[in-house]
Amino acid sequence: MGWFRRSRKKQTQPVEQVDLWTICPSCKAHIYKEEWAKALMVCAKCGFHDKLTCHERVACTVDEKSFRELDRDIKPRDHLKFSDAKSRYADKAKETTEELGINEAILTGRATLNGIPIVLGVMDFRFIGGSLSSGVGDKIYLASDYALRHKRPLILFSASGGARMQEGIVSLMQMAKTCAGISRLNKAGIPYISVLTNPTFGGVSASYAMVGDLNIAEPGALIGFAGRRVIEQTIKQTLPPDFQTAEYLLAHGFVDRIVPRSEMKDLLAKVLCYGRRGKPPCKP
Amino acid sequence: MNLDFEQSITEIEQQIADLQKKAEADGSNVKSDLSSLQKKLEAQIKKVYSELTPWQTVQVARHPERPIMRDYIKGMFSEFIDLHGDRCFGDDQALVGGFATIGSHRCVLIGMDKGRTVEEKIKANFGMSNPDGYRKALRLMKLAEKYQIPVVSLVDTPAAYPGREAEERGQAEAIARNLTEMAGLKVPIVVTVTGEGGSGGALGIAVGDSVLMLSHSIYSVIPPEGCAAILWRDAEKAPEAAEALKVTAPSLLQMGIIDEIIQEPVGGAHRDPAATFTATRSAIVKRLSKLKKLSEHKLLAQRREKYARIGKYDRRRHSTH
Repeated sequence: MGWFRRSRKKQTQPVEQVDLWTICPSCKAHIYKEEWAKALMVCAKCGFHDKLTCHERVACTVDEKSFRELDRDIKPRDHLKFSDAKSRYADKAKETTEELGINEAILTGRATLNGIPIVLGVMDFRFIGGSLSSGVGDKIYLASDYALRHKRPLILFSASGGARMQEGIVSLMQMAKTCAGISRLNKAGIPYISVLTNPTFGGVSASYAMVGDLNIAEPGALIGFAGRRVIEQTIKQTLPPDFQTAEYLLAHGFVDRIVPRSEMKDLLAKVLCYGRRGKPPCKP
Repeated sequence: MNLDFEQSITEIEQQIADLQKKAEADGSNVKSDLSSLQKKLEAQIKKVYSELTPWQTVQVARHPERPIMRDYIKGMFSEFIDLHGDRCFGDDQALVGGFATIGSHRCVLIGMDKGRTVEEKIKANFGMSNPDGYRKALRLMKLAEKYQIPVVSLVDTPAAYPGREAEERGQAEAIARNLTEMAGLKVPIVVTVTGEGGSGGALGIAVGDSVLMLSHSIYSVIPPEGCAAILWRDAEKAPEAAEALKVTAPSLLQMGIIDEIIQEPVGGAHRDPAATFTATRSAIVKRLSKLKKLSEHKLLAQRREKYARIGKYDRRRHSTH
């Protein structure tokens, strides 16, 4: 009987070991979890940039302990009393909020970036696909308002499938509202930098995400207006494999630069030094 | 052409036609029968159109005989000088624009044209703009700003075109640019949704100081069929999605998204286009006269506030639950 027990023990060992490893979603390479986190969820083998949570993004973008959240209390609101075949939007929003411990699909706040005071917004794709709701729109508008009043540059990291259908027309109108906020920054000469991460589509790419003074993208990020499948159904053709990638947008003139995650913070600090309009130069 | 829910109307129309045929054939006097049938028909149309479901309204908004851009141009403007091109790539046929006179107001008119005949529809891409259309609209709006004349925008599009070239030329950027520029455009903008307000494709020319809607037009974040396909996993559930999305003018007025509903004639705009043009022209002219009196500063502050208010988080109301 002892022989059987020994064998069973052996079988369980590899299961414990797997926990130390992660698999790159793109090239399927096995990577040591610690390495994966150290590389900011970027695959050392193929360069794939995996999605970050809003907290992970904040941690690798601004100076340590400098982030102060704004408008944390803003939550999804069920303007239409929307329910589909499966669930009520109000329940889904509540569940998501409780599961993720964040109130909306964007985190906004003030912070410093290599010592430069900024206003930052970071979308979180886990929250109903990073969809643009009235809460998200409001937080972006208020962040732009804060940037305007305190004369701080605004940086928004986008990750979104588009408008939040469950909020209907109210969601659509957030495109106009957020752009109205950006329009004020343009008139006041306050820098606004848009960073497009994987994926950025629909109502988000067709509003604030595409009108940065600079549009910066992460390598390989998928960015577009309509989804690939919708387009293929419309034109009845298959699209090139690199269609709607950051590299494709760079070639067509819609992003300024593709910047790897590890270089993002320093690049942002450098470019912000050009938008100071006569104020003394900063030292990033 | 009658829609599927207009069966009861079709039946009375058929009775009238039969009666007229009979009178022609045997010379019988049907005058009183005919007039009572006419009355019955009017009452039935009124009844059907006062009880439209959201999905039926979607069908009316897409009615093949509903007036389109070219009809409104002829019916509401005493002059129209069409202008062409975005100065970047081409001249999008889905987006029509130029100088126009409405009442006593000289303005820049922009809008989507769906085309009437098959050839026209194909040329106009069924009213679905490419980026070039949005850029043409923006160029014309900037011209209005330079000449200090207002912008009148007529919205009727299923969507911005989802195509390969549209993506390559920056559909998202073109719409986003318009939203940003329209927020700060220094002349009045009066928007009227005349048929389909299809998502971002509509909004790309629909940011304004006054947003009006014809009573049977629709405005939605996504076509009901698309929403049904995603959330119900069945495009056939479009009627349910139309209901849930609240796409009709009364719902939008109630939510504070639009400023005014322009009443269509009984039975919809397609049954009496002339009356539709009169009502729409008068509503637009009234809005232009009012907006022209505002200072530039007041105009822009009001426009910004109008959009900032939509979906604004009210701490007193929302923080308790």
